[in-house]
Amino acid sequence: MNKAIRVATLAVSALSLAGAAMFAVPGFAQDRPGPGGVVAPADEGKELYEQICQACHMADAKGGGEDGARIPALAGNTNLANKDYAIIILLKGRGGMPWFTDMLTKQQIASVITYVRGHFNDYHDPVTVADIERIGTANPPVPECNTCGH
Amino acid sequence: MFDNFTPPTRRDLLTMIGKAGGAAALYQAMTVLGHAKDSQFMGPPKLSGAKPGATVLVLGAGLAGMLAAYELTKAGYKVQILEFQGRAGGRNYTVRGGDTITELGSTQKVTFAPGNYLNPGPWRIPYHHRTVLHYCKELGVTLEPFLQINHNALVHHKKAFGGKPQPYRDLMVDWKGHVSELLAKSLNTGALDTSVTAEDKARLLEAMRDWGVLDKDMKYTKSDKLGEQRGWERPPGGGVNGAPIANDPFSLSETLDSGIWQTLGFYAEHVMQTTMFQPKGGMDHIGKAFQARVGKMIRFNTRVTKIAQDDKGVTAAWTDTKTGATGETKADWMVCTIPAPVLNQIDFQVSDKKKAAVRALPYGNSVKIGLEMKRRFWETDHAIYGGISFTDQAISLISYPSAGCFSDGPAVLLGAYPFGVGAYMLAGMTPEKRIQAALEQGSVFHPAEYKAEFLSGASVAWNRMPWILGCCATWTEESRAAHYQDLVAMEGRIVLAGEHCSYYGCWQEGALLSSIDAITRLHQRASAA
Repeated sequence: MNKAIRVATLAVSALSLAGAAMFAVPGFAQDRPGPGGVVAPADEGKELYEQICQACHMADAKGGGEDGARIPALAGNTNLANKDYAIIILLKGRGGMPWFTDMLTKQQIASVITYVRGHFNDYHDPVTVADIERIGTANPPVPECNTCGH
Repeated sequence: MFDNFTPPTRRDLLTMIGKAGGAAALYQAMTVLGHAKDSQFMGPPKLSGAKPGATVLVLGAGLAGMLAAYELTKAGYKVQILEFQGRAGGRNYTVRGGDTITELGSTQKVTFAPGNYLNPGPWRIPYHHRTVLHYCKELGVTLEPFLQINHNALVHHKKAFGGKPQPYRDLMVDWKGHVSELLAKSLNTGALDTSVTAEDKARLLEAMRDWGVLDKDMKYTKSDKLGEQRGWERPPGGGVNGAPIANDPFSLSETLDSGIWQTLGFYAEHVMQTTMFQPKGGMDHIGKAFQARVGKMIRFNTRVTKIAQDDKGVTAAWTDTKTGATGETKADWMVCTIPAPVLNQIDFQVSDKKKAAVRALPYGNSVKIGLEMKRRFWETDHAIYGGISFTDQAISLISYPSAGCFSDGPAVLLGAYPFGVGAYMLAGMTPEKRIQAALEQGSVFHPAEYKAEFLSGASVAWNRMPWILGCCATWTEESRAAHYQDLVAMEGRIVLAGEHCSYYGCWQEGALLSSIDAITRLHQRASAA
């Protein structure tokens, strides 16, 4: 359970917390739907979890897959005791998980982390927009841990 | 003396240039001679003369892995492939009736009628993806046109026309007309006199009148001439009521509401330009054609757990996912095509730089949903044959089948293909709810038939496919600058390949070009060793 979090020396780009729709165009001239869905995610943490996060982390937040090809659990994830950990990953992505800065606002990021930490774990101190801005300014490296959830 | 001189053919010349100047010179020359330009493909790699007994281990039996096995075998290497799934092809994938789709958290049984299919991954091949087209021809894969642009398909925007979809044709013609009228107005008021010469101004006015179908006052208005582009209230016919009646164009504001310029821009992209192709009967015929050549080399249901190398060779440790048996496979060299979200979780003996590159490569998500309908109502009732109707809802689009036009019986249309937010929304639903959502949203295009004619559906959420955990690599300018060269560099005895190792991300063309480049470098190193 308690895998140590090491700090990776990943070179990461400067953070941009814009609401731009860049994410829908992740590649270089890649195949994509075209000027399709412009759906706004919800503002509330639970709904946001259901609309975005559970696509990978599953409705019960227990993740899935097997060793070597796993989507980490968010439920009962002791890494989330440190709220900065979750903020860094949503701002910068990690491994197969993309950053969400071009899909979610700071408030949405704060709301969904607050929900995941409080609902699927027992960490009830809220995450605020000020927290997101603090991490955005400090620009710490992405934590490294093998699948970060087990 | 000149009697004996035979001018070199274009091919001879290119071969000479290639030998003298290498690949870059050859590409340059091909461009000058009017070849290539839109592709880096210079023909299949002509590798030969592998050292006797030299071996290569390929990880992954997708297109990149199978191309590597196919060409390296031709060069004289002994090749083995380890594949996670019980199927070859990777994202080159087609689902048909009788197939099972296994995602993390769900299993679907597909019940499409014989002959019907969904391509959950790649589905169209632009005319300039010469590598894919080359191997289709070489391996005997039959291609047919993919119907990309359909002027009679629809564009839906929640906030335009009270939510009623409009034909692409009408919006496209109106956009052109309104922009022409405005440019003409600017020119005529002298607003652009410092920007264009008097001569160009006159030519531009004539062009706007013609291209925008403006009237004698340079206004965009209803006319028979406009009807010839935009269609009619009453189309031309025979006899007493033969005379057509033109219809009314939309206003500038309405046209802007539709966001039609985005659709025009999309179709203008090089990779979206026609002619497009698809393999007859399903995209997986490409994978099957490669498999027919290299299938005997593949060990299926084999999950790689560790990748190691030393100065003598490479070793992949693995677990058989059916029997639980473990083993090791050794070779002199390795081509690793395991997707980054999985590779970053495997014990992988390469430099920190390469590991960092693999870790810095998130995968975008996409969902495709196939809806089988009892009949081709889009053809019979709406004269829509192939092509795409766009929407700003989560499903992003629906696309009508390119093959089998005019046939009776059930047909499968693509009921959703989003990236981004819409893809996460649909992926997070159960398969049943995805189908419900696709039917609900797709009904805006064909409300009378969509739900009534529905038979069955199948969906694939790429982030939940257990062997890849995503759709395809998401690069940014910054991550390219920081990591791309580290990712593709051959390190010791290992080279990576796949769409993620190319500038043609998410395309089969990228996977194949990457593989050709990787095995060419591998062969150079192996020959020098």
